[in-house]
Amino acid sequence: MSEKTIDFEKSLERLETLVNEMENDELALEEMIKHFEEGSKLVALCSKKLTEVEQKIEKLVKKGDGLSTEAFEAAD
Amino acid sequence: MDENCKIYSVTELNRIARMTLENGIGEVWVEGEISRLTRHASGHWYFTLKDEAAAVSCAMFKQNNAMVLFHPKDGIKVRVLGQASLYEARGNYQLIAHKMEEAGKGDLQEQFEKLKAKLAAEGLFDADRKKPLPMLPRKIGVVTSPTGAAVRDIINVLTRRFPNLEILLAPVTVQGPTAAKSIAKAIRYLNKVTQASRLHPDERDARATLGIDLLIVGRGGGSLEDLWAFNEEVVARAIAASDIPVISAVGHEIDFTISDFVADLRAPTPSAAAELAVPVQSELENQMTRLAARLGGSLRNRALVLREKIPGFRQSMNQSLRAGLQQRQQRIDEAALRLTHELKNSVTIQKQRLPSLQQSMRHALDSAVKENAQSVMRLKAQLRALSPLGVLDRGYSLTETADGTVVRDATAVKKGDRLKTRFAKGSVTSEILSKE
Repeated sequence: MSEKTIDFEKSLERLETLVNEMENDELALEEMIKHFEEGSKLVALCSKKLTEVEQKIEKLVKKGDGLSTEAFEAAD
Repeated sequence: MDENCKIYSVTELNRIARMTLENGIGEVWVEGEISRLTRHASGHWYFTLKDEAAAVSCAMFKQNNAMVLFHPKDGIKVRVLGQASLYEARGNYQLIAHKMEEAGKGDLQEQFEKLKAKLAAEGLFDADRKKPLPMLPRKIGVVTSPTGAAVRDIINVLTRRFPNLEILLAPVTVQGPTAAKSIAKAIRYLNKVTQASRLHPDERDARATLGIDLLIVGRGGGSLEDLWAFNEEVVARAIAASDIPVISAVGHEIDFTISDFVADLRAPTPSAAAELAVPVQSELENQMTRLAARLGGSLRNRALVLREKIPGFRQSMNQSLRAGLQQRQQRIDEAALRLTHELKNSVTIQKQRLPSLQQSMRHALDSAVKENAQSVMRLKAQLRALSPLGVLDRGYSLTETADGTVVRDATAVKKGDRLKTRFAKGSVTSEILSKE
């Protein structure tokens, strides 16, 4: 598993924890502001991760001695 | 020759013989050694099955021999499921082979159970070996046949759920004698490429700019023989050794393969594998939007609540400030009052004490004067008592010779000497008349 994916999952978990804690009404205002700042960063990070990869469908092909890739079009 | 006796044509005879063979023997398993195997251009196989003492001709038609999971050749022992029959055109007795397995391996079910037990004993199916699937895979490797419904289903579902996703298809043979090796090789290759891309993330390899997060290994439905590659040890070992999490998706819901047991997750079908592999992107986006809204909302709510409290705070602050000031003012006033009072008091007291002080001073002076006078008189009296004249006062007299010497002894004078006698008051001179 790549570290980047762990990041997304952890970030999302952390974000949920932050929001739940903030909605609990038990945090001091200072803490809430810190939570908000951290949470906002995580929202931006997670949203970015959802869109940063571009779609690409490839297939491995034999080329000479080795393997290469080429675009794959599924036959209907 | 009996008139009633039926005369058969050769064709009729052979047909009866065929029916008798087919009905009388039916489909049976026969074990023997292959010889004179011919793979005809039509795709059918012809060979002889023999043992030490006997031989039988066999035919295996194209649709059946496609299912054979190994590469049969002359000299190997096989087990053939076949229908005893007769080739009517020649009257040749033969076996029409439907299935062929390598002898000594047991049938497929036995092989399946044996391998399953072996790998289970090695712990390859243990729950704690299962790797968690990434929540958000970015590049998915698909190991399956490049043709057929399975690959289409997988790609359709993947891209529908998560439109921006990288998919790398490793085209493999999923059926026939070479299938297992081809599948295992692809799994190992994708792991190797991924590892390389992790070790050298900067080297933008055209084959893998990004490591593969997840593998889907499988194929669509078919017979036990069709799916057999996924029951082979080489595939099971490749899946077990994969660092990349593997979803196994072989056949239909009811088909269980060794791959399913070794994989990190079993999907009932290839489409289901794609659904298990990625989240729905729009759902995640909605979730993010909701979380962001809750994040901002909770802070805004808190701010509102606090803002509403501010006037009250201000009021009570003013109140307490005022009250505090008032109290302090009061205390200061009180202190000032007490101070002047005290001062006044002490002046009065001092004033009152003054006359009596004067009096006692005067008194003390008086008694001191009186005491001194008395002492003087007492001293005078003492002094007087001590002087010789004082002695004379008490009736004694002092006798001196003419030269003033005090006479203490009668022998010191003689008859006729003149003696001066002093009294307390006055003195006389007399002459000694006699001595006694």
